[in-house]
Amino acid sequence: MDSSAALTPPLPAAAAPDIAWLLVSTALVLLMAPGLAFFYGGLVRAKNALNTIMMTLGAFAAGTLAWSLAGYSLAFSGDGAWFGDLGHLALTGVGLEPRGTVPHLLFFAFQATFAGITVALVAGALVERMRFGAWLAFSALWTIVVYAPVCHWVWGGGWLADLGALDFAGGTVVHVNAGAAALVGALALGPRRDWGRQALLPHSVPFVLLGAGLLWFGWFGFNAGSALAVGDAAVVAFANTLLAPLATLAAWMALDAGRTGRVTAVGAATAIVVGLVAVTPAAGFVSPRGALAIGLVAALPSYFALLARGRSRLDDSLDVVAAHGLGGLSGALLTGVFASAAWGGTPGLLEGNAPLVGRQLAAVLATLAWSGLGTAGLLRLVAAFAPLAVDRRVEARGLDVALHGEEAYGSGEGAILVLASAGPSHDLPAPVLSAAESGRA
Amino acid sequence: MKLIVAIVRPDRLNDVLEALFRADVRGLTLSRVEGHGGELEAVQTYRGTTVKMELVEKVRLEIGVSEPFVDVTVEAIRAAAATGEVGDGKIFVLPVESVVRIRTGERDVDAVTPVAAPAVAPR
Repeated sequence: MDSSAALTPPLPAAAAPDIAWLLVSTALVLLMAPGLAFFYGGLVRAKNALNTIMMTLGAFAAGTLAWSLAGYSLAFSGDGAWFGDLGHLALTGVGLEPRGTVPHLLFFAFQATFAGITVALVAGALVERMRFGAWLAFSALWTIVVYAPVCHWVWGGGWLADLGALDFAGGTVVHVNAGAAALVGALALGPRRDWGRQALLPHSVPFVLLGAGLLWFGWFGFNAGSALAVGDAAVVAFANTLLAPLATLAAWMALDAGRTGRVTAVGAATAIVVGLVAVTPAAGFVSPRGALAIGLVAALPSYFALLARGRSRLDDSLDVVAAHGLGGLSGALLTGVFASAAWGGTPGLLEGNAPLVGRQLAAVLATLAWSGLGTAGLLRLVAAFAPLAVDRRVEARGLDVALHGEEAYGSGEGAILVLASAGPSHDLPAPVLSAAESGRA
Repeated sequence: MKLIVAIVRPDRLNDVLEALFRADVRGLTLSRVEGHGGELEAVQTYRGTTVKMELVEKVRLEIGVSEPFVDVTVEAIRAAAATGEVGDGKIFVLPVESVVRIRTGERDVDAVTPVAAPAVAPR
């Protein structure tokens, strides 16, 4: 068997800390999936809570599976400028041989969680009205067609890496990418039936805060794990992941208090996510003071975009465009401003290297274009086989009961057990039913 | 005066409220209730346990109105709540002996005539 061959050549013992840290980081990024699911789940109405959680976790699962089968190969096999090749299709040749200082299989697993979380982010723009099956199909296709190439450009040795654009942990690859897909997806799917007629309010603000907290925790693996090794870069990224959201939170609460006189909990949760998004591309490239500045500045565009979106016709249900698209854009550009050679980056604008900002802008624009066009094409493709949106009646009843046959908050009253081998004795109509049929109810 | 009690589907509630607003019917009480009106039960599955939901969620509206508003109110609710399928609900019209507005002590027709509340400033 060649299973023993896969175990050679061994990594040096010195690599053990890197392996341990990347194992932990991979699990931390995985925790962002339920974190995001609860963040999103709390923001929707109670009748769509389960569907929203399932849309998020389902996208994560479908995206990660598609990544394993084809996406990883297109991103990390070969060194073309635009695409990888099919050398690692279905994990061919992904074994325990070293890739950097960690086993190739571990590098794959870490990257797989990124692919899954990116497409899961897009769900927030489409929830409360999209069909579940169409969404899963789209998630799998999007990971291969849109995510994998952009990932290759930046981290797989593609043209953005050659250009020298900086993206430490995925400000462009993950967040601008997901934000662009969210914008196109929300426009293609159209608004929810109650959009503009009724205020669509979060059904569980505690879930939103819980989700934001889990996201922050998981984000330490996302950013500090992206150093791919134990060392200075991981430490800088870790501290910056702590600091930037604090600055965003402070700015956001001040804006909230100044505008309405009250500091809102949903606003605080949103601020944490925006700060995390903004520091993602910069995490291992800027000083801690730079991270604070990025967090502070990034609050402004996202905050005002959220306000404007609420008054617009764009029904991006959970503000993926404002939080992730715009937050990622701010972060990518500010990385070009604050990147510091002393802290692990290349010199940025503040160190006299203005062209870096231009390269960052090129990365953002290319990602916006690729993701926008790819998303539009894939939605059209899926729509050719099945409708994208649920029926209006289903939307009104709520997607939980209609699509999943479960309720998030059922009372448990009035439920009659249906036995699998139900003979005639189990098929008798309940007394209430017969009363109704005889016209007495 | 009549008390109008309507049991409607929760997913028609927005339309019902909008129709009542357009018909100038103000002042109502709303409760979330569970009930059964002869519709086919929804089937749900939890970990392999299949259950029929015999009681389904409904919304109960209670509206006290003076005589000229009775038919207007009933028709507004009926038109907005109807889907044509079993389970759309019922509207009951009950005679009312007396109504008192607690704030002022006004009685009967005066008590069910709406008054304008101070406007709420927009955000």
